[in-house]
Amino acid sequence: MRDLLAALTELRERLQEIPQADERRLSDLKTEILGRKAGALTQILAALPRLEPAARKQVGGAANALKRDYETAFAARERELKHAGDAGGAGAGVDLTMPGRARWVGGLHLVTQVVDEICEIFHELGFTRAVGPEIETERYNFYALNFPKDHPALDAQDSFYVGGDLLLRTHTSPVQIRTLESYPPPIRVVIPGKAYRRDPFDASHAPVFEQIEGLAVDDGISFVDFKATLATFARKFFAPDTRVRFRPSFFPFTEPSAEMDVQCRICQGAGCPTCKQTGWMEILGSGMVHPAVLENCGVDSEKYTGFAWGMGPERIAMTRHGIPDIRLLFESDVRFLAQFARGPR
Amino acid sequence: MIVSRRWLEALLGQALDAGEAAAQLTMHAAAVDAVVPLHQDLGDIVIARVLEVRKHPNADRLTLCRVDVGGPDGPVEVVCGAPNVQAGKVYPYAPVGGTLPGGVRLERKAIRGVESNGMLCSAKELGLGQDHSGILELATDAAPGTRFVDVVPVADHQIVIDVPASRPDLLCHKGVARELAASLGGVVKLPEIPSGQAVRRSGDATDRPPVRLTGGEGTVDGVRVSLEDAEGCPRYIAAVIRGVRVGPSPAWLVGRLGAVGQRPINNVVDATNYILLELNQPLHAFDLAKLRGPAVVIRRAKPNEKIVTLDGVARALTPEMTAICDAERPTIVAGVMGSAESEVTTATTDLVLECAYFQPTRIRRTRRALQLSSESSYRFERGIDLLGMPDAARRAIELIRAVAGGELREPPLDSWPQPVQEATIFLRPERVARLLGVGIERAEIERLLTSVGFFVAPKDGRLAVQVPGWRPDVTREVDLIEEVARLKGYDAFPDELRPYRPGTVPDAVLEEAKARVREQLARAGLYEARTIPLGPADGPEAVAIQNPLSADEAHLRRRLLPGLARRVEHNWANRNRDVRLFEVGTVFRMGKGEGEKGKGAPEEWHSVAGVITGSQRPPHWSDSAKVPDMDIWDLKRHFELAVEAAAPGCTVQAATGTGAGWVAVQRGGEVVGQAGSLEADSPVWAAPLFGFEVRLETALRDVAPYRPLPTQPPVERDVALLLPAGVTAAAVAAVLARAMGPLLERLEVFDEYRGAGVPAGQRSVAWHCTFRDPTRTLREREVDELLARGLKALEDELGVRRREG
Repeated sequence: MRDLLAALTELRERLQEIPQADERRLSDLKTEILGRKAGALTQILAALPRLEPAARKQVGGAANALKRDYETAFAARERELKHAGDAGGAGAGVDLTMPGRARWVGGLHLVTQVVDEICEIFHELGFTRAVGPEIETERYNFYALNFPKDHPALDAQDSFYVGGDLLLRTHTSPVQIRTLESYPPPIRVVIPGKAYRRDPFDASHAPVFEQIEGLAVDDGISFVDFKATLATFARKFFAPDTRVRFRPSFFPFTEPSAEMDVQCRICQGAGCPTCKQTGWMEILGSGMVHPAVLENCGVDSEKYTGFAWGMGPERIAMTRHGIPDIRLLFESDVRFLAQFARGPR
Repeated sequence: MIVSRRWLEALLGQALDAGEAAAQLTMHAAAVDAVVPLHQDLGDIVIARVLEVRKHPNADRLTLCRVDVGGPDGPVEVVCGAPNVQAGKVYPYAPVGGTLPGGVRLERKAIRGVESNGMLCSAKELGLGQDHSGILELATDAAPGTRFVDVVPVADHQIVIDVPASRPDLLCHKGVARELAASLGGVVKLPEIPSGQAVRRSGDATDRPPVRLTGGEGTVDGVRVSLEDAEGCPRYIAAVIRGVRVGPSPAWLVGRLGAVGQRPINNVVDATNYILLELNQPLHAFDLAKLRGPAVVIRRAKPNEKIVTLDGVARALTPEMTAICDAERPTIVAGVMGSAESEVTTATTDLVLECAYFQPTRIRRTRRALQLSSESSYRFERGIDLLGMPDAARRAIELIRAVAGGELREPPLDSWPQPVQEATIFLRPERVARLLGVGIERAEIERLLTSVGFFVAPKDGRLAVQVPGWRPDVTREVDLIEEVARLKGYDAFPDELRPYRPGTVPDAVLEEAKARVREQLARAGLYEARTIPLGPADGPEAVAIQNPLSADEAHLRRRLLPGLARRVEHNWANRNRDVRLFEVGTVFRMGKGEGEKGKGAPEEWHSVAGVITGSQRPPHWSDSAKVPDMDIWDLKRHFELAVEAAAPGCTVQAATGTGAGWVAVQRGGEVVGQAGSLEADSPVWAAPLFGFEVRLETALRDVAPYRPLPTQPPVERDVALLLPAGVTAAAVAAVLARAMGPLLERLEVFDEYRGAGVPAGQRSVAWHCTFRDPTRTLREREVDELLARGLKALEDELGVRRREG
């Protein structure tokens, strides 16, 4: 027993070595003293059951106290060394240029991000989101929208039919009709969703694409409100100094109809291949709601006026991020998705 | 539509800057897609006069010419190989050092021992045609040395206009010139036809207006015309021109057509094409000699009546189509294409000229049924100028006679059973202000509308506006307001935000639900994919597309997973091993019940799916071993996350049946989702692939209530249990929870072990139990009693015992 107590005293003196130990020495000391099998202190503790009860109590108390002191000292020195490493770098043998530990991250598709961003901007302008089915009737997809039967305007809307007069909607515009039929003015909605056209895949066409339509109808809405709302959107979406222009166009469901261009983001209007040397990029088709559309929905077209627009988030994403081929947006190559991975907004 | 700058200049009587014209058209009429310069590369070519032609000393076929090129050093020597070179004539000349079209620089070199100072050029060498049989002889008295492009009008610009379906008036030069005159100032006047007057003789019928018929039948110069189908053809003007000489067109006509990309055919056809492009009036000239009767009958085709069209294809007609026939059979598919047989050839001397208006929807259906379109059908489908036809016919006759000779013995016959006049629309200036948001002076409105051919007269405080025949798109007041807006210029209107009233439509719950799921799965480390909803049939209920682009994409998806699995294969093909994707999208199936869109109409709903394969986490240099690949336990967690977000209230349960997997079950027992291993075409280095899919519920989510944070300390116990075969962890957890009551706060599995020390067929599962009483400190003894109660219940109910040692 006396031997054991002496050994303990000796061991206690060695506590002083700990504050000077470097990482390697510390690890050696730990093994030497507290090692699971051959540790000096471990062996003393292991010998306890063989002692007389009184001796066991005396030696055991001292040994356990020493063990606690060692553990505290080791932990303190480890913390010290770790902090030295954090602050001082290589001095402590830690190469801080080594890569950190990563975890998998995911993210929303670029087109979803653009859709969310657009809806958010229009939300600030008082627009809520409305949605509708992707399989539609000809009435909702065409005729209520003032497409004349057998008119060349239908050519640009080559559609997939699924039986009878049911087709995959060629734009999200049918939701304009559904909204006008279900809610009284004032109406301010944006309509995100998929649309389908019978275009084979190529660099700039996809048979399925995302569209965001918008509709505002109220007593007294004018061409000025229309221009202001969409120009405000463009400045919020692109940059505050974005230049926009409106020019004549044709859609059966708007009159006057307009196309909105923004100054080319790449050449700043000087002309480049991306903007086909025009200095402008087409962003959306739009116009004042055709009175026939309002009438088709039972809305008084003398009292109420409005504006509507439609745009393609894929096209806008490609414009803004310089993506040359729309197919990249559908391939789902994780290297592509990771480039634009941004967490949920 | 391609228009030529020079052609527009001829109509406007003034020079145009192509870029400026394009800008004006874009901002006021229709977008210009491109401005293409033509023959701008002839700047080095000059006019040269050949003074003397001698034989080349060393070659029989070559000549030596002394040529005046207007240079200060007098005439130069040129070697020429053309058979048609003659002293005294004028040719285009390219000097050594100059550049030919195509960018070839002319080098000084000796030809058969004689040095040439330059080259006399053929049409082909200048890019002006295919003629390479000789050099291009010029009829000009311009001084030698004058730039070729200043003398010969070939330098031009094509202006490519994207004409919308609503503006047929912009499908011709006159219509485009009209818009330019409105925005740039000026008037449009048809240019004189070169030598148009010269062939005219006294007593000629050309100057007389067509004879108007309101009945269906008449005769012109021996040809009987009967209009039987006035619905398909409301107006038909026919003229007979006798004694034409069919041959090549004069250079000016070839030049005009060439400038807009049209190849010359013969003088008669070229003349009709010219009128088409000038006035948007399609014309048809056919050989009178081949006309049986001779008669022109405009009628509905008989069922299955046959015609061989100009493109050599035999076509069967239907009574839905209008045909132009002779006494026996069809010679033209009205408004679309003529027959090869009745075509004008070099042998033609007498011809019938047709100037007609065909009903647009009739033409559209015919064109689609025959899958045959032409310049004519394109224009008829959009609506031509019904009221301008007599003028177009007169000009066509004058042009044909100017380029092909012939005479008109009788004025044309104009069959028009139900004549109509210009439509009148009333426009209220206050409505203009209301719709456009700024007031526009009445005089300004009048000026703008008049500038593009509307006739405006004030009437009772409104404006009575007469719509010209070339604007079939203008049918109501709002159309006139658009005219005012575009002619004034959209940019002239302010764009200040004005106050608005909030809308009545609530934000769509579906979009909220989709956003919630996307957020959850993106946070869990998955990338969002967007696949297309078209693919092969993925089950008996798949909705078929009736007119698919390809057999591979002939159905709408019933589930998202197959599409995502294909995306994983695409990633593997690009050597991406770690692939974690999800999608939130629409899926479809054949409907069974009565829906809004009729009985049996397809149904659609939203679905959420994910696929995972690859390492559990990115490797790190400090790892002691390779990071394990994702397995079914990763799948289970992702599935639980998806179900929690997409279908709250559903539980995830082990699937019964073959294979390891889970299902999501609604409270009522309906299965709304599943998860498991996926089969895919995987490379050897790929990790196992797992997938899940669950139906998206769009209900609003409950608000999460606050639960007070515990203030009392927990008591923790670890317990290892021996589970006989067939006893599940879930069953054990359920028994423990019930037996130990509300003081058991948490149960976590932290280990599973089979092997030494555990009886065969059993397994040891270790649990970490947390006990807590929210109001007071639990005593160890109480916890021991609780645990004992739990263990007893386990033993009694499941035969599960504590593992000793």
